[in-house]
Amino acid sequence: MQQAVISVNHLYKAYQTAAGDFPVLKDVNLQVLTGDYVAIMGPSGSGKSTFMNILGCLDMPSAGSYVLDGYAVATMSADQVAKVRNQTIGFVFQGFNLLARASLLDNVALPLVYAGVSKEERHARARVLLEKVGLSKHMHSHPNQISGGQQQRVAIARALVNQPRLILADEPTGNLDSTTSEEIMAIFDGLNQEGITIVLVTHETDIAEHAKRQVRFLDGKIVQDTGVTTQGGSAG
Amino acid sequence: MFSAMLGEAWHAMGANRLRTFLTMLGMVIGVSAVVLMMAIGQGAEASVKRSISAMGSHLFVVLSGPPRMGGARTATGNAPSLNVRDATAMNELYGVVGVAPVTMGKGQVVYASNNWNTDIIGTTPEYMDIRGWSLSAGYPFSSSDTRSATRVALLGKTVVQNLFGEEDVDPVGKTIRINQRPFVVLGVLDSKGQTLDGRDQDDTIIVPLTTAQRKLFGNQLPGTVRQIMVQAESDNVMGMVEEALNSLLNQRHNIREGADSDFSVRNLTAIANSAAETARTMSLLLGAIASVSLLVGGIGIMNIMLVSVTERTREIGIRMAIGARERDILMQFLLEAIMISIVGCLIGIVIGVGGAILVSAFTQAEVIISSASVLIAFSVAASIGVFFGFYPARKAARLNPIEALRYQ
Ligand SMILES: Nc1ncnc2c1ncn2[C@@H]1O[C@H](COP(=O)(O)OP(=O)(O)OP(=O)(O)O)[C@@H](O)[C@H]1O
Ligand SMILES: [Mg+2]
Repeated sequence: MQQAVISVNHLYKAYQTAAGDFPVLKDVNLQVLTGDYVAIMGPSGSGKSTFMNILGCLDMPSAGSYVLDGYAVATMSADQVAKVRNQTIGFVFQGFNLLARASLLDNVALPLVYAGVSKEERHARARVLLEKVGLSKHMHSHPNQISGGQQQRVAIARALVNQPRLILADEPTGNLDSTTSEEIMAIFDGLNQEGITIVLVTHETDIAEHAKRQVRFLDGKIVQDTGVTTQGGSAG
Repeated sequence: MFSAMLGEAWHAMGANRLRTFLTMLGMVIGVSAVVLMMAIGQGAEASVKRSISAMGSHLFVVLSGPPRMGGARTATGNAPSLNVRDATAMNELYGVVGVAPVTMGKGQVVYASNNWNTDIIGTTPEYMDIRGWSLSAGYPFSSSDTRSATRVALLGKTVVQNLFGEEDVDPVGKTIRINQRPFVVLGVLDSKGQTLDGRDQDDTIIVPLTTAQRKLFGNQLPGTVRQIMVQAESDNVMGMVEEALNSLLNQRHNIREGADSDFSVRNLTAIANSAAETARTMSLLLGAIASVSLLVGGIGIMNIMLVSVTERTREIGIRMAIGARERDILMQFLLEAIMISIVGCLIGIVIGVGGAILVSAFTQAEVIISSASVLIAFSVAASIGVFFGFYPARKAARLNPIEALRYQ
């Protein structure tokens, strides 16, 4: 049996607003096995980003359980959650979220700072990843000197630098044109082939088709799931 | 990890140079004020201490005329009530090691074409020891000079400068005129500098008591003096000696108990010590006032750090999203605050020390730059960085990652 990287059961999330509690996620259940490649789709406001943020341990659910890599997130200390964000998960944002002041190399190496890696190794590993996403020439540029597609590559390199088991991407191609989107998706495809589990959110069907499995959100619930994909070949 | 954070803090400081500079300015002004004020205060204290030791220790001065409230001493038209025999009697008191009757007045001094107006002190040879005068040239007069009222004089440095000028004339052996009368210069007094109240102690001439009385200030009753200096053996016997002096003089002057006396005994050492106390209080006060500006500087740092945390909320969110712990964020902002205050402090020390050197160069005031005061300023500044940086840093560390990321 394949081990579940993500196991979400009866998850609820409500935002406290001035007009009272505003429920966004209503009983969401999802299992994602190692090596899976999941695309989450659904109309605007259906709760996709809210769900991704909970998966990324950036936000906490109101009720229900989230077990990540065998550990219940709700029982973790703040430092343990930080460590999970640092080492288990690589999060890719729609808006790239790079540090404007830092060079691309420093941006990619930043998670390693919090992992306590030495400077030489930080830079060595960041260099390898920038090469992998085809940006070794721009190592010392700053984010405002490169295109959106290139910024997203840097963000992906940063997400990968600590060798996470899971990549979460909320509309990673949302700000990019279709050609650039295809280039970014090619990177994700390659990562999944290397065995990294990927969950991404997208509005576009052709992007979603890169994934092995499509999950559809509607009004805070999963209304459609192409099912847990059988592992192609590498299943053990 | 730590060095990476130091580097980032350094970077962040450079990101908004003008703002960092202005924030630092508060620290710079505060620290330089503290260093400067402490230098001036300690200098003042030291010069007070020096003039106390120059004055001589365990000293009383017995003044003729009734004691006055408030200690103001004005010249009375009356003849002095003390005389030389009082001084001789005091010598017999237990605990007294030296007595010197003193009469004084102004004198016009002439040497060649040079003219100078100065204080003339007529006294006995004991005076030199009691007041701690020593000679840089020549030798002192003796009791035989006092007995026979010889016309010899010891000149203070200021008098020598004004009479003999810059020329390399050895004053010893030269004849000068004091109030028209010729005097032979016997010796030159070692320099003592200024008194507590800023008078030049070197602007003086010492002559034998009898010479002063008979040949310079002839209008006084023979044998009377305006004051008698008395030196006690040690601090411990000061109280006893004071009482003994009072009862001795009351007895000698036939003053009944309860009646007004015609003399007053003053403990000079106590007066000097209270002056030293005043100087210390002043220097503390100066330091305290300067510390207020340090506090204001600290508040400036806190203010800017709060602005910085708000501005960089998104950055904080990003850092948290990729694995920064609360204490990483806390350290980052704390380091920034500490760095601003320490760099500001270093600049402030340089300016403060420079200012102190300027002050000592352009005024007569003595300044003392002690490494202790620099160290204190430095550690206070560093603590201010920690203290005022902590709240903003904690505010940053406590941010919720998703809310921080959403912040526009
Ligand atoms: N911090 C918040 N406070 C209150 N309501 C919120 C907050 N964040 C999101 N919501 C609400 O929750 C709902 C779901 O938002 P969410 O961002 O998860 O949608 P989404 O599926 O990602 O939409 P999109 O496709 O536009 O990105 C929306 O109705 C939104 O208004
Ligand atoms: Mg969204």
